[in-house]
Amino acid sequence: MNPALWEALGTVVDPELDQPITELGFVSKAVVVTGHAYVRLRLPTYFCAPNFAYLMVADAYDAVRAVPSVTTVDVRLDDHFAADEINAGVAASAGFAGTFGESGDLDELRLTFRRKAYLASVDRLLVFSGAAATIADVPPSPALDAMLRRRAALGLDCSPGAPLLLDEHGGELTPLRLRHARSVRLSIDGNAGFCRGLLRTRYEEVLNRSV
Amino acid sequence: MYEKDGERYFVVDGHVHFWDGRPSNQANRYGEGFVNCFYDYHRNLSPESEVWSLEEFWQQSEERILHDLFEVGYVDKAIFQPTYLTDFFVNGFNTTEQDGALAEKHPDRFIVNGSWDPRDGEAGLDRLESLAERWNLRGVKLYTAEWKGDSKGWKLTDPWSYRYLEKCQELGIRNIHIHKGPTIYPLNRDAFDVADVDEVASAFPGLRFVVEHVGLPRLEDFCWIATQEPNVYGGLAVAMPFIHSRPRYFAQIIGELLYWIGEDRITFASDYAIWTPRWLVEKFVDFQLPADMTEYPELSVAGKQKILGLNMAALYDIPVPVLDAVPA
Repeated sequence: MNPALWEALGTVVDPELDQPITELGFVSKAVVVTGHAYVRLRLPTYFCAPNFAYLMVADAYDAVRAVPSVTTVDVRLDDHFAADEINAGVAASAGFAGTFGESGDLDELRLTFRRKAYLASVDRLLVFSGAAATIADVPPSPALDAMLRRRAALGLDCSPGAPLLLDEHGGELTPLRLRHARSVRLSIDGNAGFCRGLLRTRYEEVLNRSV
Repeated sequence: MYEKDGERYFVVDGHVHFWDGRPSNQANRYGEGFVNCFYDYHRNLSPESEVWSLEEFWQQSEERILHDLFEVGYVDKAIFQPTYLTDFFVNGFNTTEQDGALAEKHPDRFIVNGSWDPRDGEAGLDRLESLAERWNLRGVKLYTAEWKGDSKGWKLTDPWSYRYLEKCQELGIRNIHIHKGPTIYPLNRDAFDVADVDEVASAFPGLRFVVEHVGLPRLEDFCWIATQEPNVYGGLAVAMPFIHSRPRYFAQIIGELLYWIGEDRITFASDYAIWTPRWLVEKFVDFQLPADMTEYPELSVAGKQKILGLNMAALYDIPVPVLDAVPA
C-alpha cells in the first residue's frame, strides 16, 4: 500500500456508517506505479445501495486524484450489480444523475446522513464526557473533535460559546430529540457491525489468505 | 408451543417463505446475486450448527418446511409473506400461489398473504380483488423498492397506493406488511426511508402497518414514527438472529423497541428459510437485557409471550389456548 494514497482514501467515509472506507475493509487494493493510481473497492453485498456506493467511488476518485504523486487514476468498484455503470460514470465525471438518468443528484441524500452522523456524535460525546452548557465547558477529547467536525460539515455554530445541545438544524436539541440521537448512534454502530460481518463472510477466503 | 421453566409460549412466526432460488429458476445475474446475498445473511448470522449448504438453501421440500417450523421449531402458526421478484426469477421467487398451494394442504398451520403493486393501476386492483377472494387474504406484503420496468420503486403515499390501501380496507385486508430496501436500482433518495409509513398510518387508522425488519437499517427512524402512530408494528425478521452473533446489539434493538413502542407492538419472525425458528425461540425465551442497560424497560415473561405470538395472533384473529403456567 502507498501511504499517501492510503491516507487519501482514509478521508473517504461510508455515508451511512460514518466510518472511513479504509477501516471498514472496503479498499481491497491501493497502489501507485509511476504516477498511476490503481484502486479497487468492494462492499459487503452484491446489492448494497448503489446511491451510497456511487458516493464512495466518486469520493475515492476525487481523493486519489488530489494526491500530489498521482498523475492518472483508476478507481473501480468490484462485485456489485451496478459496478459497470458506477465505474464508467465516475471515470467520466458524469455525476450520479448523468450516470443513471436520475432526476436529481445525491446532495440531499448526503445531507440526510451528515445530519444523522452529527446526532450520533453528540450522543457519543455526552456518554463520554457528560452534559455541559456550551462547547467551551466540554473538556478536549477525540469525541469532542469528532462532534465539532460533523457540526462544521453542517455549517452549524462551532464557536466556544455555542450551546452543546444543538440539533441538526441549529435549533435546541430537546430531551426527546436527544433520546432520538441515542437511537441514531445505536443504529449506525449496529449497521456498521453488520456490514463488517457480511464483508467478512463474503470475502472470508480472500481475507484468510491475506492474513 | 414452547415450554421453558414452567412457562408456555404460543408461537406465531410472522414471516416465512416457500421459495425457489435454484439456478433453474434464476432468470439473470440479479436472481443469482439475490440468493447469494440471502445466503450470506444466513451464513453470517446463524450458529455454526445451523448453517446449510448453498444447495440446501436454494429450495426446501414440503417435508423439510413442516419439520423445521412445526416439528422441531415450536411454531404454532406461520404466515407466508410472498416475494414475487418476477424480473429476477422465471416463476417468481415466492409467490402467493406457491405459498398458497402448501397452505391449502395444511390450513391449520399456515396463513397466506398476498401482495400488490400500485404501478399495476386499475388492472392490479381487479387482480387484488380476485387474489383476496381466492386466498381469503387478511394481509399483504409490499416491496416499495421493487424494480418494475423503468420504475425505481414507489412510495406508500403515491396516489395509486392510496387506491390500493382503500381497496384493502374494503376487502377486510387489515394487515399491511412493508419491506423497506435494499434497492435493486440506483435511487437519489434513501430507499430505506420509512417516512411514507407515517403518513398512511394516520390516513388509514383501521389498517395495521407492520414494518418488517423493524425498519433496519433505519431502526431510529422506525422508532420515531412508530411512537407517534398506534397502528404501526415492528416485525423482528432479520433482527432476531443477532441474538446469537451479536447479543448486545440485539439487546439494544429490543431495548429501543421496548422504550419507544412497547411490548404490545413487537412481533416475532424467523424469515424462514434464511433462518430456522427453533434456536431463535429457545434463545429468545432465555434472553435477558444486560444489567448495564438500565435505561430500558424490563422484558418480562409476559412480554416475551406477546412478542413470540400473542401480538401477531391478535392481528390475525388466531385463536390462542390459555397460557397458564405448566403445573409443577
